[in-house]
Amino acid sequence: MLDISLYSFQVYWWLLVSILGALFVFMTFVQGGQTLLYTLGKTDDERSLIIGSLGRKWELTFTALVMFGGALFAAFPLFYAVSFGGAYYVWMAILFAFIIQAVSYEYRLKPDNVYGKRFYETLLYINGSAGIFLIGVALGTLYTGGNFIVNEMHLSKWTQASYGLEALLNPFNLAFGFTLLFISRIGASLYFYNNLENKEIEPRLLKALKVNTLLFLPPFLYLLGYMLTKETYVYDPSTKIVSVVSMQLLETLLSNPILLVLLVSGIILFLYAIFSALFLHKKSAIWLYGVSTVIIVTVLLFILGIEHTIIYPSLSDMQSSLQIENASASYYTLSVMSVVSILVPIVFTYIFFVWRSMDKTKITIEEVKSDHHHY
Amino acid sequence: MSSNNLLHRRNTYMENELALVDWSRAQFALTALYHWLFVPLTLGLTFIVAIMETLYVKTGDIWWKNTTKFWMGLLAINFAIGLATGIIMEFEFGTNWSNYSWIVGDIFGAPLAIEGLMAFFMESTFFAIMFFGWDKVSKGMHLTSTWLVALGSNLSALWILVANGWMQHPVGMKFNPDTARNEMNNFWEVLMNPTGVSKFLHTVSSGYVLASLFVIAISAWYLLKKREIVFAKRSMIVAASFGFLTSLFLLASGDESAYNVAQKQPMKLAAMEGLYVGEGKAGIVAFGMLKPKEEILKDPHDPFYFMFEIPNALSFLGYHSLDAFVPGINDLVYGNKEHNIESVASKMQKGKLAVKALSEYKTFKKEGNTPKAEQALATFETNQHLMGYGYLKKPEDAVPNVPIVFYSFHIMVGLGSWFLFLFITILYFSMINEIENKRLLLMLSVLTLPMGYVAQEAGWIVAEAGRQPWAIQDMLPVGMATSNISTTSVQITFWLFAVLFTALLIAEIKIMLKQIKIGPEGGH
Repeated sequence: MLDISLYSFQVYWWLLVSILGALFVFMTFVQGGQTLLYTLGKTDDERSLIIGSLGRKWELTFTALVMFGGALFAAFPLFYAVSFGGAYYVWMAILFAFIIQAVSYEYRLKPDNVYGKRFYETLLYINGSAGIFLIGVALGTLYTGGNFIVNEMHLSKWTQASYGLEALLNPFNLAFGFTLLFISRIGASLYFYNNLENKEIEPRLLKALKVNTLLFLPPFLYLLGYMLTKETYVYDPSTKIVSVVSMQLLETLLSNPILLVLLVSGIILFLYAIFSALFLHKKSAIWLYGVSTVIIVTVLLFILGIEHTIIYPSLSDMQSSLQIENASASYYTLSVMSVVSILVPIVFTYIFFVWRSMDKTKITIEEVKSDHHHY
Repeated sequence: MSSNNLLHRRNTYMENELALVDWSRAQFALTALYHWLFVPLTLGLTFIVAIMETLYVKTGDIWWKNTTKFWMGLLAINFAIGLATGIIMEFEFGTNWSNYSWIVGDIFGAPLAIEGLMAFFMESTFFAIMFFGWDKVSKGMHLTSTWLVALGSNLSALWILVANGWMQHPVGMKFNPDTARNEMNNFWEVLMNPTGVSKFLHTVSSGYVLASLFVIAISAWYLLKKREIVFAKRSMIVAASFGFLTSLFLLASGDESAYNVAQKQPMKLAAMEGLYVGEGKAGIVAFGMLKPKEEILKDPHDPFYFMFEIPNALSFLGYHSLDAFVPGINDLVYGNKEHNIESVASKMQKGKLAVKALSEYKTFKKEGNTPKAEQALATFETNQHLMGYGYLKKPEDAVPNVPIVFYSFHIMVGLGSWFLFLFITILYFSMINEIENKRLLLMLSVLTLPMGYVAQEAGWIVAEAGRQPWAIQDMLPVGMATSNISTTSVQITFWLFAVLFTALLIAEIKIMLKQIKIGPEGGH
């Protein structure tokens, strides 16, 4: 048996959680696509084409979100308990926004669906906009903190009666929400560009790509600049006492050049992916977008878990703040799950091959209409 | 919160927080019962369509392909709402049971995460091929995908039932006083927990039985309407065969489950049978009507207005011996020296000692008073196996709601027996090619489908209501497990869930009925 320290397992699991979070962000092109339904599709057939295309992917996004939650529960149960059990209204709103997604694809065009097509399309819009925006806000609180206290028995309590809704008053959290909202729409435009064969929709999606990139950049640059330069909580590894340090996350990047290089190259690749679609008409830009998004989000989440930075600051009691060390599962549990995590590459491989085999031909209106099982 | 928060919560739980725990339980029950309306059908129907598609690939008969597609269409309608109601279940452990998430998350979280990795990704990836890949991949690849969706959904059930089985019979862990939580120390014990294994087998086989009833009911309706005759007769044979075999398995796994309950959760068994005073050669109540609680308290020897009993059966079922003593509710609450059963009052005393010692250990350790901390730790370790009892207010709190558990159990068993009889009868008349003329049997087949759902929900109620007052058997009462949030917050979300899930259920039923009316020839 390899001699791996508890801390190494904790960092490893924070990395895995970061990667899962990043994969989820990439996969939110499904939600972005739902919000663009009426922008891109002007006829019933075009909208069915869009829904048909997204309908083959939405379950993976859904699963990535469930997996992100499951991994947090298993690897960092205290974070799970404190955040979900405290910021109750925010998480519940997110869950409602995802409950309504699953049925909307299947029921939208079915006869006798009680509420009509537009109702299910509205649900998809709510899922794509409010759902994603609120997840962004919730992720923002990893950097800005929540109003909780944790006692010696590790039981927690939220100190605001608004149970998480107060996060909506923080400009950074809002910027995070908007960043996620617009990036999901950029992803959607690139996905459709690659996946659909339709001359009418193409110019509209390129326009949407342009508009959403312009809308994405201001909140993203604000959150990046603010995140890296703001005062951040850190803990002393021996005493576990929490204190405030300026520009902690920037320092983390500078002292880990690999992460800095990954982040910078991720941003360059991301911008190039958009450029290559807009000006070089590269249909494959979605893949470059996917890789770069996963790199950027992984780095931005991962830097919270290293260099003794706090992963969830408490605004009510600084010393209650969560670290990867005090929030994690036990050594034994992390080691068992680390063995199971060997399956991760296998899972990704079969997802890749299935995706490839399903997408080798582009989707057309004719195909969607003739499909026995269509949305 | 104060440092002796656990003690504080115990004192307030029965008074101020009763409403919170009630609403939290109500919300979890509501979401679980809704979710459970859809999961069993998915568990079984995925296998039934996989069998039908295999017949298509083996015979090359396009008729089987169309039949597969029809049942797959109904599966998709059910699958979507199953997913919708399922996502909330995972997150509710955090939102509504945050203390639980910390105290047992180290054990409970792992099966959930493995479920996501091993089962959900498999289901969701191959689902796309199953529904949209008919013309995009080879026949073999498509068939493999269908089987993988069936396997994925059943694997998902395995992991969640491993987690649930652990709540009923916690094994493979040790309480860590420094982190104030239970930590896993043997993954295999958690995975191979006999309660979890028998629960898994019993639950998935019940799903296969429900799916068989579903296919039979719809086919019977077509036969009554004299349409889709060949389709209905062939579907019925596949479903009745599948239902018959899985019913036998359901029976065997039910017997195994009851044995495990007797060994690990004797209070649940006593409630399932309405047994207040223990006895040797105990019989099983085949059916009966319980008296009100007040009357039973006066004379616990005679808790029924009327009942019909199968002699010695409970002793045999619970202990595999016709003469074995089966403890009743009163033996378990007030103790029984003759049979060496400790009273709840005595357990509560030891539990309170454990709770107090843990709090003292934390305080002394913080103060650097090592000798006293070690002394407190020793007291804690002697009594920690009964710590959960330290949070109960009175011995009677250890008793679940007997009428709910009793009637749910008997409804489940009674209906399960009827299903087996129905499968045999249908198989017989199908084999002699008389099924379409047996209108009464066909009508009963249609009417039995709602009963299948009733049996499913009843089974779930026996398992979960019978576990009360424990979130984790003997370790953690539900009142200690909730999040520290306001009751109003949970009330708001409870009603939102009730409205949303009911609205979605109405749509699901209407869509399903319409698709059945359209039929396999009508397409979508």
